[in-house]
Amino acid sequence: MNVTDAFERARAEGRRVLVGYLPAGFPSYDGCVAALAAMVKAGVDVVEVGLPYSDPVMDGPIIQRAAERSLAQGTRTTDVLRTVEAVAEMGVPALCMTYWNPVSRYGVDRFAADLAGAGGAGLITPDLIPDEADDWLAASDRHRLDRVFLVAPSSADARLACTVAACRGFVYAASLMGVTGTREKTSEQGRALVARVREVTALPVGVGLGVSNGAQAAEVGGYADAVIVGSAFVRTLLDAETPDAGVDAAADLAADLASGVRSPG
Amino acid sequence: MSNAAADAFFGHFGRYGGRFVPEALIAALDELDVEYRKAWSDDGFRGEFDRMLREYANCPSPLYEATRLSASLGARVLLKREDLNHTGAHKIRNVLGQALLTKRMGKPRVIAETGAGQHGVASATACAYLDLECVVYMGEEDTRRQAMNVSRMRLLGAEVVPVGTGSRTLKDAINEALRDWVTNVDTTHYLLGTAAGPHPFPSMVRDFVGGISVEARQQSLDKLGRLPDAVCACVGGGSNAIGSFHAFVPDEGVRLFGYEAGGDGVATGRHAASITGGAVGVLHGARTYLLQDEDGQTVESHSISAGLDYPAVGPEHAYLHDTGRVTYEPVTDAEAMDAFRLLCRTEGIIPAIESAHAIAGARRVARELGPDAVIVVTLSGRGDKDGDTAAEWFAGHPEEGRRA
Repeated sequence: MNVTDAFERARAEGRRVLVGYLPAGFPSYDGCVAALAAMVKAGVDVVEVGLPYSDPVMDGPIIQRAAERSLAQGTRTTDVLRTVEAVAEMGVPALCMTYWNPVSRYGVDRFAADLAGAGGAGLITPDLIPDEADDWLAASDRHRLDRVFLVAPSSADARLACTVAACRGFVYAASLMGVTGTREKTSEQGRALVARVREVTALPVGVGLGVSNGAQAAEVGGYADAVIVGSAFVRTLLDAETPDAGVDAAADLAADLASGVRSPG
Repeated sequence: MSNAAADAFFGHFGRYGGRFVPEALIAALDELDVEYRKAWSDDGFRGEFDRMLREYANCPSPLYEATRLSASLGARVLLKREDLNHTGAHKIRNVLGQALLTKRMGKPRVIAETGAGQHGVASATACAYLDLECVVYMGEEDTRRQAMNVSRMRLLGAEVVPVGTGSRTLKDAINEALRDWVTNVDTTHYLLGTAAGPHPFPSMVRDFVGGISVEARQQSLDKLGRLPDAVCACVGGGSNAIGSFHAFVPDEGVRLFGYEAGGDGVATGRHAASITGGAVGVLHGARTYLLQDEDGQTVESHSISAGLDYPAVGPEHAYLHDTGRVTYEPVTDAEAMDAFRLLCRTEGIIPAIESAHAIAGARRVARELGPDAVIVVTLSGRGDKDGDTAAEWFAGHPEEGRRA
């Protein structure tokens, strides 16, 4: 299942797409799947399943802590693929968000084949730029997977055009210069970046980094096609007293964000 | 070589190197690449860099004929005395080059990572000298093990930030520096401490430390009227080694040897020998050899030498290994400490434990090449910092009848 349907459905309904992220195996394998199911039920349209990695340079402290815990509990790449499969069975597109070495180690084509076999939609690759991605471009074509590369406020126009041309599914606009994490205020740089992306593509544009509540989702939904939320979901699970309370809190957050993407500001 | 030059331009050494970093950093890497190449071909920049090395850092370092060590090893051994540089290691060359470039780019702030603290101290030194703000990321574990270097950095005016994530060591300090850089890239240069990381760092750092081999080659010709038969250096991230090899790479008659940290022995899994005991992957922005598990998660390295205790290696070394131009072998903690004691006793020189790995390697090369061979060994740093580690080691490993 690719992400295009989710964007088309949202467009038909006059709203934005809500993308929710959790690292696989956090707080446990089953706990992650349960939280994702609750998030989907509460309005998450597309799920990003994070592949926990030992050296996550694009992530702030919240996601780092979750990934560390997941790895310490023994999460393997195959568990990530199982999580993707579980999400696909919920009837929403599941993308895998992963640093490049685990994919390189698994074998790029083999990973693509197994991801497609699990019903996955594609990959979001925070440390892979299209310039280094020949084998992934070929594998994603072969297995009909979406490939979401990131653009940043610092991307020069020419690079932006090249990167966007390599994307399929949507374009991930990192709205500010920095790592993942919740922030008090969303960034004004996001709006300008999305405008620059729209000049060079008709693909939907998702905005991530810093969104943590419905009001911010509405604000970002005012200019982006998708609102991407990661750290805020992870934080609800980190802060919860019990696993069940975590699932409830994640669902409440999803509902708040889902109302945000339905009232773009 | 024209192919190699073209590859280097795009940041690849064969299949190695490249840029595996968040898009947010690409503009800064592009700027650095352009500015660096402009500076390196600018006589004004080169002249100022040379002046700083000469007047401030005590370079060129001597190529010293180690006669008693030679007698013990059974070959003619010349030590490239980088231990005599200001701050006590080859690292001053790299930090002066990058700090000068930072000034040229008009950035007021420098960040650096450090493991044992040597690169942190060198960075703090260069930043004090050139009036730059300096923030050093250091694993929490390492700030405890290397408290002396933490206070040296603070004396020099740097801010030291302990890193409490991951394994709390060098690799995590690099991760944290990269996170800072993504956030503050407009005002900040990341002064990476070794010939690794995304392009252009591996080529740029190699050029800044390349003076080691440029000098050693000329000194060898002046002193002996010939080139050496072999050059030996230790390899962690690989900056002193790439600097030691660079000018000799085209000299086919000169054999090049890199010695990785074998820790307890590569077979035990407790080592830092990325080429010998690792596999190809991506870490800290480059494709290279690294220590990783079946799933591509980075595996922690082990070495008695903090400066070699890093789970990857610069991408040009990966390439020089694959092409066969350089021979890479592991040296265990025990072999290195044996060589450490040998150099202390024969020459009155206390080497950095890092550099002792190269001495241990030279011992093997001497055995292979025989008494007429001339071997240049890079003594990359001095061992004052290693007094405690060495005392502890020798207390647990009494001399077994072997006298230097």
